[in-house]
Amino acid sequence: MTVVPTLLYSDVEDDLRASVRDLLTDHSPLSEVLKRTDEPLSTESKVWSRLTHELGLAGLAVPEDLGGAGASWSEVAVVLEELGRAVADGPFFTSAVEATALALALGADELVSALARGEKIAAVAVPHTQALDAGSMSVRFDGSRVTGTIELVAGALEADVLLVPVGDSVLLVETAGVSCAEAISFDMTRRVADLVFDQVEGSVLASGLAASEALTRANEISAALLASEQLGIAERCLEMTVEHVQDRRQFGRTIGSYQAVKHRLADQWTAITQARAVARYAAACAASDSADLAVAAALAQTVCSKVAQRAAEESVQLHGGIGFTWEHPAHLYLKRARADALALGTPSHHRSQLGTLVDLPRPATASN
Amino acid sequence: MTGAADGLQVAVEELLVVHPPATTDRLDFLRARFDAGLAWVHFPEGLGGRGLDASLQPAVDAAFRAAGAPDNRPQGNVIGLGMAAPTLLHFATEEQKKTWMRPLWTGEEVWCQLFSEPGAGSDLAAVGASARRDGDDWVVNGQKVWTSLAHDARWALLLVRTDPSLPKHKGLSYFVCDMNSPGVDVRPLRQMTGEAEFNEVYLDDVRVPDVNRLGEVGAGWKVTQATLMNERVAIGGAVAPRESGPIRPLVGAWRASAAHQDPNSYDAMMDLWVDAEALRLTGVRLGQQLEVGAPGPEGSGLKLAFADLAQETASLMLDLLGPEALRYDDWSLRRPDFTDVLDREPGYWYLRNRANSIEGGTSEIMRNIISERVLGLPSEVRAERDTPWKDLPK
Repeated sequence: MTVVPTLLYSDVEDDLRASVRDLLTDHSPLSEVLKRTDEPLSTESKVWSRLTHELGLAGLAVPEDLGGAGASWSEVAVVLEELGRAVADGPFFTSAVEATALALALGADELVSALARGEKIAAVAVPHTQALDAGSMSVRFDGSRVTGTIELVAGALEADVLLVPVGDSVLLVETAGVSCAEAISFDMTRRVADLVFDQVEGSVLASGLAASEALTRANEISAALLASEQLGIAERCLEMTVEHVQDRRQFGRTIGSYQAVKHRLADQWTAITQARAVARYAAACAASDSADLAVAAALAQTVCSKVAQRAAEESVQLHGGIGFTWEHPAHLYLKRARADALALGTPSHHRSQLGTLVDLPRPATASN
Repeated sequence: MTGAADGLQVAVEELLVVHPPATTDRLDFLRARFDAGLAWVHFPEGLGGRGLDASLQPAVDAAFRAAGAPDNRPQGNVIGLGMAAPTLLHFATEEQKKTWMRPLWTGEEVWCQLFSEPGAGSDLAAVGASARRDGDDWVVNGQKVWTSLAHDARWALLLVRTDPSLPKHKGLSYFVCDMNSPGVDVRPLRQMTGEAEFNEVYLDDVRVPDVNRLGEVGAGWKVTQATLMNERVAIGGAVAPRESGPIRPLVGAWRASAAHQDPNSYDAMMDLWVDAEALRLTGVRLGQQLEVGAPGPEGSGLKLAFADLAQETASLMLDLLGPEALRYDDWSLRRPDFTDVLDREPGYWYLRNRANSIEGGTSEIMRNIISERVLGLPSEVRAERDTPWKDLPK
């Protein structure tokens, strides 16, 4: 891939970022996010409602004739950067990215429109740690009804409808008929639930190649875009840490004046410049339907998962004792960053995928 | 922009008609290209350029390359092209620019940089080589080190101390020194690879005319910073393809033979592939920022990360090769030939790349720069800044 699309932010994206940041600063400060993690999940999320109804972001990448804004996944990626920075809860990633990408790829226009207009929230019923196209073993479909269990699905608690991969099909299922048991989630800002289907009615959206190709495409777009959320997390962690070390004094000087601290932060910053380049490349590939999307997505997940996790871990370390408290938001970022690294497959999983894609497959382990 | 690009294309074609590369002497061709303003289009008219945007240059280079025209062998004059030329452009007189620029660009006159000294590495402003005024000349004494190309060079950028009673940044002046002057003694500096890429340069009562001074007396640090700002950054245009640079030989060896495909090294190799591609895209993004005139500070991070990548790939290469890694190709003291250096054995690269995190700013200095200038963290304690240079502990 000698030709690389622009990896810079457009003026439109800069404006979009400013709007989203203002909204989140006003309506989803970290203190509120933290408070909500101790409370039962509210399905009447004011932040989600503002994002969808005030800013119209649920259908950002959806064509205008389907009720969307007619922008692209590149703009959606900028929204995710901001949501990551604010470690915002709510179903944006699971509904406006994962489910919307899948519905678009399936050509499920009616559903796409409902999602884009914010009339419905959807989730893809796949364990959050699994690729969307990994195939499902735990549910079966008899032609009209679904039975089985799918564990640890993100965004299902907020969803009105579920997109359920079963066998070689993708089904549409109303959440109302499904038993959704909220797990005590490692990341309480993106909660997971165990879904039990007991003879639940479902309709086939697509089967065969159309279904499997759509799942793969949705998986690549989701992986590509999750990298931007991770980038936002990493950037905010670094900023918070830099602010802290300029303020905190020990032995009569700010701890940010110690070279041991400065150099660690310089390494963080360097890693983040790389995370930004690969995340922007992945977003650009998703936006342009590039033939390199699979590589770009696997690369972005390998890099950004690690960079975000590391930035959050370093943030805890360099905040010292206060960073280990419940009161300080550092743990919100740590938990999200760690869960994000697991989402859609681990960094090692993505790296192996990448090896296969670039003609460097993992060699068979020697049998002797 | 398009108009300028079209105009350049026409000019290139005209030059190729008047001076067909196949039948024109190499230097004659290069001089004609310079005189036609097609050497570096962002330079002023009369100095090899047309005052255009630098982003138009890659297309010109590509057109000449496609026509089989000779190039100016830039790898043989990196300091001249990358650092001397922009400094001269800014600080030399018009007459000096006319004299120096053309032979610099064609490669007829190679340039080097007499900056570092045994006692002034990362702390470059501590240089101790002295220059004393004597009539229209300055008389220079001292020792410089790590001077690449000094043995080929006709001219040097020279940083010396003209007033030791001032604090170190204030007593410096900057000159262009004729390397053919009496008293200039260039000695090869053998490095751990066996070869001598660099030199030590001894300056013994070398006379440098005052007209060769760039900037005011005492303003040498300012001129030096302008020179160092030009440490070459890959600017836009030609984007390096995937798997270029230090990762290329590693994945090449991996794919070439099942014997190299040690399952125990697979994860490490893929990590390096990922690092290489992430760095490539980071470089592309930096280039795009420069093209729209918004350079970011990413260059320092890129240099730091590239050093790590080059060192780790070279080291893993030795693991893949197994016992063959214990062979070395040539320890003889020789001058490196920049055209065949890629053919050197992996052991050479392992050793050579150790310098990547030292030369052109150590990785530790890069981290200081990032943390202080980008992140805004406090500077290192610099108690010596205001002390007269002559009173500093040495």
